[in-house]
Amino acid sequence: MADPFLSIQHVEKSFGSTRVVQDFNLDVKAGEFVSFLGPSGCGKTTVLRMVAGFEEPSAGAIVVGGKDITRLRPNQRNIGMVFQAYALFPNLTVAQNIGFGLKVAGASRADIDKRVTEMLALISLPQMADRYPYQLSGGQQQRIALARALAPKPKLLLLDEPLSALDAKVRVSLREEIRAIQKSLGITTVFVTHDQEEALSISDRIAVMYGGRAEQVGTPFEIYNRPQTKFVANFVGTLNVLEGTVTDAAAGKVGVDGGELVLKDRLGGARNGDKLSLALRPEAISLGPQPGRDTRLAGEISEVHFLGSVIRVRVGVGGRTVSLDTFNNPASPPPAVGEKAEISFSSGDLLVLS
Amino acid sequence: MRANRLWSWLFIALGIVYFALPLIGTLEFSLKLRRGAYSLDAYWAVLGDPRFQQTFMYSVLMALATIVVGVLLVVPTAYWVRLKLPRWRPFMEFITLLPLVIPPIVIVFGYIRLYNTSSWLPLTGSAMGTNVLLMFGYVVLALPYMYRAVDTGLRAIDVTTLTEAAQSLGAGWVTILSRVILPNVAVAVLSGAFLTFAIVIGEFVMAALLSRPAFGPYMQLLGANRAYEPAALAVIAFAITWACMALIQVVSRFAPKPPEQLH
Repeated sequence: MADPFLSIQHVEKSFGSTRVVQDFNLDVKAGEFVSFLGPSGCGKTTVLRMVAGFEEPSAGAIVVGGKDITRLRPNQRNIGMVFQAYALFPNLTVAQNIGFGLKVAGASRADIDKRVTEMLALISLPQMADRYPYQLSGGQQQRIALARALAPKPKLLLLDEPLSALDAKVRVSLREEIRAIQKSLGITTVFVTHDQEEALSISDRIAVMYGGRAEQVGTPFEIYNRPQTKFVANFVGTLNVLEGTVTDAAAGKVGVDGGELVLKDRLGGARNGDKLSLALRPEAISLGPQPGRDTRLAGEISEVHFLGSVIRVRVGVGGRTVSLDTFNNPASPPPAVGEKAEISFSSGDLLVLS
Repeated sequence: MRANRLWSWLFIALGIVYFALPLIGTLEFSLKLRRGAYSLDAYWAVLGDPRFQQTFMYSVLMALATIVVGVLLVVPTAYWVRLKLPRWRPFMEFITLLPLVIPPIVIVFGYIRLYNTSSWLPLTGSAMGTNVLLMFGYVVLALPYMYRAVDTGLRAIDVTTLTEAAQSLGAGWVTILSRVILPNVAVAVLSGAFLTFAIVIGEFVMAALLSRPAFGPYMQLLGANRAYEPAALAVIAFAITWACMALIQVVSRFAPKPPEQLH
């Protein structure tokens, strides 16, 4: 990547004898929206806090706009941050909260008022200027927190699980609003979340983290459809993992649960007898034969979950259970538990995991 | 059930009698200076006494100085312990409780030994030096109340996140303390301030042993030489303390309300 705006280089962080971030590397382009996605304790928030300056890296460097900021204090970095707990100052009105950063920077009263008005318009809450944080809903508080972070025109915006404390509907609308504002301002943004749907829906790229490392960095499409490790495949979306054994490496044949799959040119350097993990998304499997799906396995329906627009069906095949998704069809009832069923999929949709 | 309620009311009545009777007695006695009639003569005598005015003003000034120094000492300390040194909290609890365990007479004798005219810092050698010493003594006496009040106030806000939010907006430590932390614990600080005021106004041992013209020694002096005026003075002192308590209640209504965290 030519001239990244944010460059996190070989960053490590230890708390006592525990290493929570290990050799973390990431380059972010100017104006890009990158999400850190991972389970609790994977180090995603620690990396974000090191970028913000709240934690000092044990090793490595953080460069923003070509300047090494690794040892700068948080108040010297000009990086805006939005917190999970909103962190609005309870003693200040909405307008005073938004203008806080400008006041600290010594801006004139007129400039502060002008910028506060702009920010309130940006987050579509122009009538809230004189309210106090306790008079606002959670969603409104978080929008004010976003406006406050953006008001001093920071170089970089950091969002630390900003939607986690909100209810489901507000989360969806606010994440769309955050993305729209980020695009309109063109501000480079790093977003931390443990919610894969959130990360997939609003990011330009996602860094999936596990055990203090970036397991995979890629676009949402790449992360979902071409996971490079078993962890990424399992963490992002639902996945059926089939354990297979290479039976004929030259022909690309792999034995799975008594059946045989053909994976031409996708076995890498695998040899006969090698064990392989093969993964398949539920939406890549059909109930019954489907044109273009070359592999069929017989089984018995063990569970049926009605999820509204989608019905998730679990089918026992050989010694394992496979999940598949079918769209709800109001004209036909969902399959029944205990029915014999045949599943089909295209061997081209199988992911060979490292 | 009915019997239980009866017992409850009986104990409440006993409590009221136990606490109120001496006060009513004192009040009634303070009004009897004029023979054969109730009057406020004892109060006018006390309030008109120039020594009352001098000693009361002296103690008020000492209380204000104690509050300022106490706030400057306690707020940053309690904030820093909460923010960076949470493991030190039990130690701080212990240190700030010590003035309740060590009698003021021990503290003041220690001061006199350490800061007498032949010591390396002869504070007792001048009136101003002794005033400063007395003020620091009062800060120590008020420490358990001031520290607890401020610490409770800090517990009600998310100190770490508010600090980080202010830092990310460019604020340094002085700005964070003065514009974010202090306004949000102002009510707690005021509670501590009123308690400090009440303690300093009535304090006797330190002021007497350091020979300062404070209100406590004046009350003692008056009590040793007059009959009705000390009763009037006791009622006035109670009124000041109650006024402080009432002010704590009033200002707590103006506390910044913590925002809802979940919706």
